[in-house]
Amino acid sequence: MESLFSLQAITEILSTSLRLSVPLVFAALAGVLSERSGVFNIALEGKILAGAFGAAFGAFLMEDPYSGLVVGMLFGMMAGSILAVLGVTFGVNQIVTGIAINIFVLGITAFLSRIVFGAQANTLRLPGFKAFDFPGLSSIPVVGPVLFGQDLMVYLMFICVGAVFLFLYRTPWGLAVRAVGENPSAVDSAGLSVTKLRYGCVIAAGALAALGGCYLVLSQVFLFSEHMSAGKGFIALAAVILGRWNPVGALCACLLFGFFDALQLRLQFNYQDVPHQFFLMLPYLISILALVGLVGKPRPPAAVGRHYRREAK
Amino acid sequence: MSAYKLSLEGISKSFGAVTANDRVTLRVRPGTVHAVLGENGAGKSTLMNVLYGLYRPDEGRILIDGRDVVIDSPRAALAAGIGMVHQHFMLVGQLTVTENIVLGMKGQGLKLDLASHRRKIAKLSQSFGFEIDPTADVMKLPIGMQQRVEILKLIYQNAEILILDEPTSVLTPNETGPFFELLERLKSAGKTILFITHKLEEVMAIADDVTVMQGGKVKASLAKSETDPASLARTMVGRDVLFQVKRSAHSTGEPVLRLADVSANNARGLKALDRVTFEIRAGEVFGIAGVDGNGQAELAEVISGLRPVESGRIHVSDTDVTQASISDRARRFGVAYVPEDRHRDGLVLDESVAQNMILRTYNRRPFARFGFFDRSAIRDHAERLASAFAVRLQSVDQEVRYLSGGNQQKVILARELEGAPRVLVVAQPTKGLDVGAIEFVQQQILAQRDRGVAVLYISTELEHLLDVCDRVGVLFRGKLMDTIGSDDATPERVGLLMAGVAA
Repeated sequence: MESLFSLQAITEILSTSLRLSVPLVFAALAGVLSERSGVFNIALEGKILAGAFGAAFGAFLMEDPYSGLVVGMLFGMMAGSILAVLGVTFGVNQIVTGIAINIFVLGITAFLSRIVFGAQANTLRLPGFKAFDFPGLSSIPVVGPVLFGQDLMVYLMFICVGAVFLFLYRTPWGLAVRAVGENPSAVDSAGLSVTKLRYGCVIAAGALAALGGCYLVLSQVFLFSEHMSAGKGFIALAAVILGRWNPVGALCACLLFGFFDALQLRLQFNYQDVPHQFFLMLPYLISILALVGLVGKPRPPAAVGRHYRREAK
Repeated sequence: MSAYKLSLEGISKSFGAVTANDRVTLRVRPGTVHAVLGENGAGKSTLMNVLYGLYRPDEGRILIDGRDVVIDSPRAALAAGIGMVHQHFMLVGQLTVTENIVLGMKGQGLKLDLASHRRKIAKLSQSFGFEIDPTADVMKLPIGMQQRVEILKLIYQNAEILILDEPTSVLTPNETGPFFELLERLKSAGKTILFITHKLEEVMAIADDVTVMQGGKVKASLAKSETDPASLARTMVGRDVLFQVKRSAHSTGEPVLRLADVSANNARGLKALDRVTFEIRAGEVFGIAGVDGNGQAELAEVISGLRPVESGRIHVSDTDVTQASISDRARRFGVAYVPEDRHRDGLVLDESVAQNMILRTYNRRPFARFGFFDRSAIRDHAERLASAFAVRLQSVDQEVRYLSGGNQQKVILARELEGAPRVLVVAQPTKGLDVGAIEFVQQQILAQRDRGVAVLYISTELEHLLDVCDRVGVLFRGKLMDTIGSDDATPERVGLLMAGVAA
């Protein structure tokens, strides 16, 4: 049995860490964007799943992964629109709306998957993205294979982190988004539309979270299976908090969770006489520990989850 | 060019059956401070919200420089050069001064160029003597500074007409003077200022013209030079107002409330009261003056039982109540408490007036029998109290949220005074109230004194304290600085103590 500390093993663990983090990062970015605008987004889970189904659907019909990507994002935006309409326009409790979306997506994707893929659902091999090596760079030990031997969506993920960061902190619209999550009346009074800002963020968040689902289908398993999001949306929610509603913080938190997930897989493999459930707990244990106090008291955007209505008599 | 910078012509606005503005006409000369004076509920805020595009008027026209304008959103108001500083500031505490000022500005392109905005804001701030650091986080600024940020924001966005809604309500007496100087500077820079207030002395101090509103209508519109405080007050309230609450001669009895070396911590665990010692006799009003945040809130809470003492003793008559529970203090020892924050500590806003009036006694007969409410007893009780304290309401089943500030304060007073207390602690009882309500509250306090109650009256409004109190003590950083008989207590002398200068 190979040591846990060989160069080979470390490279593999880190590489797996990154791959396991990707769906989390996309979903966490969605969470950051939506919660920064003041809309609580417990529906990340459902949006990942919607994205996954969309990706499978698109790739299946058009036989090409890029169509899968586009359709997946569209499905995620549709799920986001439900949250926007109910939570922002009608002021329905955002947590209840989020739970409803999660359950709805779970049901409808399972149903549609049987219609679309039928009996071949579990044997299908959809077209997907392949890893490609950056010539030269990928032969650097450890770093090379981990960072420069991945597929398109991993690089897209890093681009998205940078883009969300720049948007939030370097553009006038990002300033408005940060403000609307803290004090929507200030934004309203400054002559901006609270509703439009929140719609924009929530729908864009739908697309981002859906990319996490696209990754699962187009880069990892090449088929759609029911409830394949498997709680990733909720881990991402924890990463949003741990990352302090900052895109880079969220990236780090997701990498941390991804690392422990990869580690536990490896430990399962290395210590087969220990019940595997014991190792399975590890990422969740870490996320709980991380949230309960390793890093001080988080301060969410002040207006998150609260419906905004102009004061009226 | 019109003679008026801004005119509102015949503005009406109703909410359901309630007419908040009834054919209101307001004409403002350029480069002046124009006060809009009226009691709470006179329709000032509605009018300003119409002008700022938050409400659509049912009828009427708005003209700027003699030209008709349509203002249907805050954005349209800003574009027309109208800016508003709301009573509750529209600032985002977590953002910096610069970010707050730039928020929502048009024509910024894709990239947020904070550095160049910061330089321009610093320069503008300097030219008006605002002394604002554009890089500071807004929530770390004192409230007076935040107000300046709001004003700076409007000037930076080129507002010509500034609406200031009750701007002095957040300022200490010492800050008001500099604030008025700032308004003068704005005026000489050509800005037109609409100053919403219910305080007469402010109108006399700063306004050029004044429009008085009552019950949604304009009662008078005149130059300040044509009027005086007494006639303004009469116009605003609709009757004569006593300016000096008369303190009749009276004698005091035995000491009722005694604090000996009381120390206590604030919510953050820091020392808030430092060995405070005083006694109040039966039939005496003892005032506590001081700048807000020097231990006043903690003092009131220590006596009412909401906050434990770190050391020292509290006696009511001869009983040591230091360890007594809140309800024991209220019921057995007769300590009544009118808290500073009516909405947080004094009332349950979503409950009815009747329910709020039994918060102290809800579990006792006649209101509760065998664990169930007796609703008719509760209603009768509430109706009796409401008429005794002249609470204006539609029904005692109405949620207390929908009463005006003055009537909410009456509900609390009615509840607290009902049990014939021996000690009455009132914290900032006149905050945010209009003249009529202030007069009522002060008369109630004096009536309690004449009944032989020991009253502790905490306030940052020095004039109100001096009107009512027999003796005044000053809190400074948790220490009781000195105690002065009210005949010797001039604003100057108390003011020095408030600043921590011992006599």
